[in-house]
Amino acid sequence: MTPIISIRGLSKTYASGFEALKHIDLEIRRGEIFALLGPNGAGKTTLIGAVCGLVRPSGGSIHADGHDIARDYRAARTKIGLVPQELSTDAFETVWATVSFSRGLFGKPRDPAFVEKLLRQLSLWDKKDAKIMTLSGGMKRRVMIAKALSHEPTILFLDEPTAGVDVELRRDMWEMVRGLRASGVTIILTTHYIEEAEEMADRIGVISRGRILLVEDKAALMAKLGKKQLTLHLQAPLAQIPAAFAGEPLELSADGNALTYTFDAQSEATGIGALLRRLNEQGIDFKSLQSSESSLEDIFVSLVREQA
Amino acid sequence: MNFYAIRAIYRFEMARFGRTLMQSLASPVLSTSLYFIVFGTAIGSRIGAIDGISYGAFIIPGLVMLSLLSESISNASFGIYMPKFTGTIYELLSAPVSWAEALVGYVGAAASKSMILGALILVTARLFVPYEIAHPFWMVAFLALTAVTFSLFGFIIGVWADGFEKLQIVPLMVITPLTFLGGSFYSINMLPPLWQKIALINPVVYLISGFRWSFYGVSDVHVGVSAAMIGVFLVACLLLIRWIFKSGYRLRN
Repeated sequence: MTPIISIRGLSKTYASGFEALKHIDLEIRRGEIFALLGPNGAGKTTLIGAVCGLVRPSGGSIHADGHDIARDYRAARTKIGLVPQELSTDAFETVWATVSFSRGLFGKPRDPAFVEKLLRQLSLWDKKDAKIMTLSGGMKRRVMIAKALSHEPTILFLDEPTAGVDVELRRDMWEMVRGLRASGVTIILTTHYIEEAEEMADRIGVISRGRILLVEDKAALMAKLGKKQLTLHLQAPLAQIPAAFAGEPLELSADGNALTYTFDAQSEATGIGALLRRLNEQGIDFKSLQSSESSLEDIFVSLVREQA
Repeated sequence: MNFYAIRAIYRFEMARFGRTLMQSLASPVLSTSLYFIVFGTAIGSRIGAIDGISYGAFIIPGLVMLSLLSESISNASFGIYMPKFTGTIYELLSAPVSWAEALVGYVGAAASKSMILGALILVTARLFVPYEIAHPFWMVAFLALTAVTFSLFGFIIGVWADGFEKLQIVPLMVITPLTFLGGSFYSINMLPPLWQKIALINPVVYLISGFRWSFYGVSDVHVGVSAAMIGVFLVACLLLIRWIFKSGYRLRN
């Protein structure tokens, strides 16, 4: 299947000389939720801006649904909806007027039935005649989403959709994004909340300092880089790891009360059985054990650190 | 051609106009009325006729121009500056809208507003001074051309401005003096010969002269020259705006 967005050799150098994007190659698959993960200043917003027409690329090409975003900007932009990070709204407009305005701006005829459906979906129907300035932050963000969806785009960019949003609303937002994907919309979201990428994304791209470090299926990424750890809480503290275990991936906690064993969760032979038998032979007894899986956060932190 | 976008922008801008009706219409009408009371009725009665026109009637075209210029500029510059200021400009920049379409929407709305205002001032003036319009078609044509041209100019100022201060500075420091010195309240022929020559550098002289010709059939400079000067300014503004959109100046990163 051809990608819905295809970015080749995209670079952006600002007038100040700052290289925000360095030769980015990226393909977004039709119908997926793609999370672009990166620390602040990594180039996430610049990348989105380049696709949506807010930023002029210094080099490279971008195609959206087969249309070159520079040469064939009308066709390309008609397909794209953008929810920027900042809550930029026309304070004095009503919800209904601002959403209808967006629809017209993107070249669609008036369709009150569709706008009504959209507002109901986003729980904004009660507020349709309210001025935007009277709405809460969470509602304003939903108004911005309604504006972005008003022209029925097939690609939706969400730049930090849950930044500064409370937990409950964040859950709602995730629910809504999943619903959109179910209706066939491709979603690209940027976030620096790893939890969000882990929860939502089909695929994850990691960007740092203007470069894409990796793009991977979320599950494959977790499996590939995911390490498991087994922690044994000891009956009696150890002064040091016994010599018999030299070379094993074991770590002793500072107080000597816990031993941590790191292993590859994907491997056939994890070595746990052997380890436990040998501990028994050595007379090291333990009260409890617990295993944990490394999160995307650990993976992310180690990736970005490697680059630095 | 994205007709829906033009309509959306035009309506949005006109709605803003509706919300600020007091500011948009009432204050220029009030200040024009004051001019008529002071210059037309009170002082004007002691000033002789100019080119055979009573002073009260003579200043009408200039007063309309005075408001038309400043309102066209301020409407259009606000129209494009506000989205830049609030950040909502992202939507226009990411929309399938060509620069020409955006311009028709924004400048069309700004020019419409100032033409409504111009008509209102003419009606107000009628309450104070009886006047005739010799060439109604040309009167409307001058009104429209001036409104469009100076709305384009205002649009440029709105794009250029990066603060409210800059937004005000051109209308206040450039346009108002040029209009006062451009023959709103006197005929250029009343000036000493040297100052007559200098006055011809002022583009507003041509606007007021042409506009006054459409009322009373008399003008300081030939009406064809006036029309040509407006045309030149219009084209210059269009070219500058085209460059702004193509280069992304102060709009796109």
